[in-house]
Amino acid sequence: MIIKILGSGCKKCIALGENAKAAADVAGIQADIVKVTDYAQIAAFGVMSTPALVIDDKVVSSGKVLSVSQVAEKLGTP
Amino acid sequence: MQWLSDLVAWLVRDGFGLDPAGRLGGSIHFFIYDVIKIFILLGVLIFTISWVQSYFPPERTRRILGQRKGLGANIMAALLGTITPFCSCSSIPLFIGFTSAGLPLGVTFSFLISSPLVDLASIILLASVFNWTIALAYVAVGLVLAVLGGTLISRMKMERHVEAFVFNSPVMESDDGHLTRRQRFDFARDQVAEIFGKVWLYVLIGVGIGAAIHNWVPETFISALLGQDKWWSVLVATIVGIPMYADIFGTLPIAEALVAKGVGIGTALSFMMAVTALSLPSMIMLKRVVKLPLLLLFAAIVATGIILIGYLFNAFGTMFL
Repeated sequence: MIIKILGSGCKKCIALGENAKAAADVAGIQADIVKVTDYAQIAAFGVMSTPALVIDDKVVSSGKVLSVSQVAEKLGTP
Repeated sequence: MQWLSDLVAWLVRDGFGLDPAGRLGGSIHFFIYDVIKIFILLGVLIFTISWVQSYFPPERTRRILGQRKGLGANIMAALLGTITPFCSCSSIPLFIGFTSAGLPLGVTFSFLISSPLVDLASIILLASVFNWTIALAYVAVGLVLAVLGGTLISRMKMERHVEAFVFNSPVMESDDGHLTRRQRFDFARDQVAEIFGKVWLYVLIGVGIGAAIHNWVPETFISALLGQDKWWSVLVATIVGIPMYADIFGTLPIAEALVAKGVGIGTALSFMMAVTALSLPSMIMLKRVVKLPLLLLFAAIVATGIILIGYLFNAFGTMFL
């Protein structure tokens, strides 16, 4: 599974990345966390507010830092 | 905030044993008073604005603007620009998101001009430092500049100077889920913390420069360079302000000190507008999505507008102070 964090490298993006990693670890999912900081690439996802979370090339959240349990929900693992 | 000023004066006199009206005591008073005042205002204002802002995510703003045509769309864009985040880093995704969804370029630029220039915080800050008439006049001319600037860019048919990938970006609608009061509160609180973390240094630097101007730079020097009677004062203030990057919280103490030294209100406002609306970092970011001719046109329109506003306020500003 590939999890992408879209954002220009702000504190919020780092926080979201950490939460995503924690959620994947808890769920026992082997996930690659990729940070996307280039605006052209971020725009290619149609996202207007960062940080955004992309799971397997699908935007599941934008403009907020999801908590570990919220990410877990998006991963489909309670 | 007279009570705060008095409190700080007491601290300077009885705590440090300095005369608050003297040179050193005066700068210390200016520094402590302005830092506390601006931090209080910053906290209260950003919280309030973020609360309002939580009702207008970018996707909703885009929908509202998409429903309007012509000048109405530009006016709406300028107005919505007043309730958006101050951070220039969010302007690029917004630009791409608006343009790819088919909003006219001029409407997007009205939004981009108004967003850093005019916001609720600037109104309250100006009102507390100068007075309400100046605050409202600033907002009015800021909005007019945003509407006219955007309209002009529409007329010039600059679409071919936008990088191609912008138009090809997909448009994503968000679920726009309604937030609970608790979520809005958390959002507003997080915004305060984030913006505070980002601007506190600029505020300290701005107040430091303000305090230096206030008590150490001779009035004759300031008035020779930027005095009311000098025709070039507005030009100099704008040109000096353009490359600088700070937000209104950092520039206000400088403007305040300049006005106290006899600089025209128009000159001070031009400086503030130039610093907030045009800056090197934001131009470099914009350069990624638009080509040079459009970037230069944008900068030229905004700079001209700021200079005109400066002269206008210098000519009529004495009525307000």
